[in-house]
Amino acid sequence: MKEIGKALLRAVGLRKEYGNGEGLVRAVDGVDLQVPRGETLAIMGPSGCGKSTLLHLLGGLDRPSAGELWLGDRRIDRLSERGLAQLRRREVGFVFQAFHLMDELTAQENVELPVLLAGRSPREARRRARHLLDQVGLADRASHLPSALSGGQRQRVAIARALANDPQLVLADEPTGNLDSGATLEVLRLFESLRNAGLTLVVVTHDERIAATADRLISMRDGAFVDETRLVGGTGGNLGSLAGLGAD
Amino acid sequence: MGRILLVCRLAVRDVRSHVAQALLLIVAIAAATATLTMALALNGVTSRPYQQTRAATMGPDVVAYTQSSSQAEVLTHARGVTAHSGPYPMVYAVLHFRGITAGAEVQGRSQALVVVDQPKSTSGSWVRPGGVVIERTFAEALGATVGSKITVAGRPFTVDGIAVTAAIAPYPNICYSGCDVPATLHDQGIGAKQIGLIWTTEADAIKLASTVGPVNNYVLNLKLRDPALAPAFASRYDTGTPTSPILNTWQDLSSSYGLLVQDEQTVLVPGALLLGLLAIASVAVLVGSRLAEYTRRVGLLKAVGASPSLVAATFLTENLVLALVAAAVGLVTGWFIAPLLTSPGAAVVGAASPPSLTPLMVVGVVAMALVVALASTLVPALRAARTSTVSALADAARPPKRRGRLVGISSRLPVPGLFGLRLVARRPRRAMMSAASIAVAATGIVTVLAFHANVATQFGGEHSGHLGNPVVTRDGQMLFVVTVTLVTLAVLTVIFTAWATVLDAKRASAVIRALGATPRQVREGLVTAQVLSALPGAILGVPLGIGLFKLASKGVSGLPSALWLTLTILGILLVVAALTGIPARFGTRRPVAEMLQAEAT
Repeated sequence: MKEIGKALLRAVGLRKEYGNGEGLVRAVDGVDLQVPRGETLAIMGPSGCGKSTLLHLLGGLDRPSAGELWLGDRRIDRLSERGLAQLRRREVGFVFQAFHLMDELTAQENVELPVLLAGRSPREARRRARHLLDQVGLADRASHLPSALSGGQRQRVAIARALANDPQLVLADEPTGNLDSGATLEVLRLFESLRNAGLTLVVVTHDERIAATADRLISMRDGAFVDETRLVGGTGGNLGSLAGLGAD
Repeated sequence: MGRILLVCRLAVRDVRSHVAQALLLIVAIAAATATLTMALALNGVTSRPYQQTRAATMGPDVVAYTQSSSQAEVLTHARGVTAHSGPYPMVYAVLHFRGITAGAEVQGRSQALVVVDQPKSTSGSWVRPGGVVIERTFAEALGATVGSKITVAGRPFTVDGIAVTAAIAPYPNICYSGCDVPATLHDQGIGAKQIGLIWTTEADAIKLASTVGPVNNYVLNLKLRDPALAPAFASRYDTGTPTSPILNTWQDLSSSYGLLVQDEQTVLVPGALLLGLLAIASVAVLVGSRLAEYTRRVGLLKAVGASPSLVAATFLTENLVLALVAAAVGLVTGWFIAPLLTSPGAAVVGAASPPSLTPLMVVGVVAMALVVALASTLVPALRAARTSTVSALADAARPPKRRGRLVGISSRLPVPGLFGLRLVARRPRRAMMSAASIAVAATGIVTVLAFHANVATQFGGEHSGHLGNPVVTRDGQMLFVVTVTLVTLAVLTVIFTAWATVLDAKRASAVIRALGATPRQVREGLVTAQVLSALPGAILGVPLGIGLFKLASKGVSGLPSALWLTLTILGILLVVAALTGIPARFGTRRPVAEMLQAEAT
């Protein structure tokens, strides 16, 4: 049983609005949230309910219209663009549904990129990338371009890239949305190992089977939280069947 | 018929939905075709003013420079000669006016009017004792007017008149067929291009000869029974030996009046070719920036049954029609501007012939426009026609190229360098187009610098004071206009390329920002990419510009200094950086999340 600590991520009255007047849309509508260190949180809801927007706000990819956002003891909603960039570089890792890998870079070069952006040496970046690719089981695919990898392999490269600078928080936006069952299972196994390693993970999904593997599940509708469920932590080595993906 | 209608309809619809791009394409090609039209329109434009001047001054068919009056006597009685004037004594002397030192070819003339070569006064009167009449282009270069006081060989004279003649090439080409410039002028640093024509009375010319040395030549103006036989007459008596007279025919003189225009053509023809090359680069970048969108359109057309040939025909029709429009715009613009360039100058009376649009000229200009359009669109058209329907429909963007070595090198650079170099490596063709357009603009700028360095060396001698040179002035103006056009088109190309790079790098910019790069680093990366592409072009422009100038000027006596060349390269790179900064700022203004979502859909 892993230990869940005090809040790493905290949102208070978080709001994101688009347009104005009659065209005003509240994509995120007054969300309050606390994510303890080491927790895996799943946010579920139908398409267009605002869960991806919320994830973007939590990771500093977008700015809230109102509310407060804290990472540890630091308020991050008022950071400058430069401050937000540093936050994304050092403390937050992203995994996207569309992978967003650089097509012209090999798997290894894709993983090296955040390390180089952080100002570390090319040798260190290479070493770190090799280690992470080994961890995600793609050491033998390091020199392959994304076009030569399967969907699951691409997403594993994206996860390795998200972990490149040892972030405190990993945010995943529909990480299995573009994957078949086999690849989904590969990614879930990886998340499981991250979870066991004590990493804080927020996963946005509309797939109940994925959400079932989290510590806590929040349901979202029309930009607001409508329900919260604490789940049994971990999968007890039964990830595949828990996720409804066949025998583990 | 139905297919042609469909192709035309699709092409028109596409142009209407991309009016700005169509206009830019027309501007790029029209700039090149207008310059070519001007260059072609200059052919023969000075022949009419020369004929008018020849008629007004009773111009000679042959002008003879004899070494003695007895030699002249033989020519006046030669077969075929019907009338003559002279022989007139001619001496070279140093002229001073308001601090300007120049050379003067002084012809001593009778005060009475003659029937062969009677210069036509444009102001003042004909020669009087103690006065001079100055050939009009020389007077303009000196800044002298009727009543001005000048000194010739140390003797004071009053300018009594300004006149034109058809018997000698106008300043500064008075020595175009060779002059035996005496040491007295050489010693003052006066070259053949700083000598002009003045007329005095015969008595004053002989007095001057007693001061500066013997009479150099006697000038004899001859009228022949058949002016067309002037070259045969000249070759009969001008045997090329040191003792034989020098004979210039009216045909030689007529072509010497075209020297001014020949220089303009020397500037305009290479200028038009450079603009053509630049237009190819501009159009290729324009077409390239729309290729992703066009590929999807190809997919849609093929999905509803369009054949590969129909797809290629649509693409080519659109661009070739725009090229034809650009050719028409260029022809009309060039035709309207040409008269401004063909002003015959002060040496002659009458106006230049209106430029005519000959069928050959129209064919040449249209061919240039079509070549530019084909060179930049044929490959994309054929590639689009060959693309499979499924991949065309799925193709959101052209897959970027991978250059492993450049990726490795970029890992060692700071973030802007890393991003910039990788962007260059992604689109090597675009980088090459950018380098080519910068090379063409740099070539133009360096040619202008070489021209000015040459002018400073050739005409900037301390003894020439501020003596103007109409040919150099007009060459400089022409070169300046062509270079401004080149630079303007290059600026447009840099902006197209910058926009294309920013649009193409949208996804890469969004991803790299999501991974922690700041907007400033991304902007600097985009600028670095453009500057890296421009750098080889700017450097290459230096030898190309010097080479082009050497080629056009047939030998060069002055080159721009290393400092000016270095400043040119740095200036070009700074302009490229500044021009890229604007689209780069727009490209990084949107929040990362918005950009990522847009790219994912």
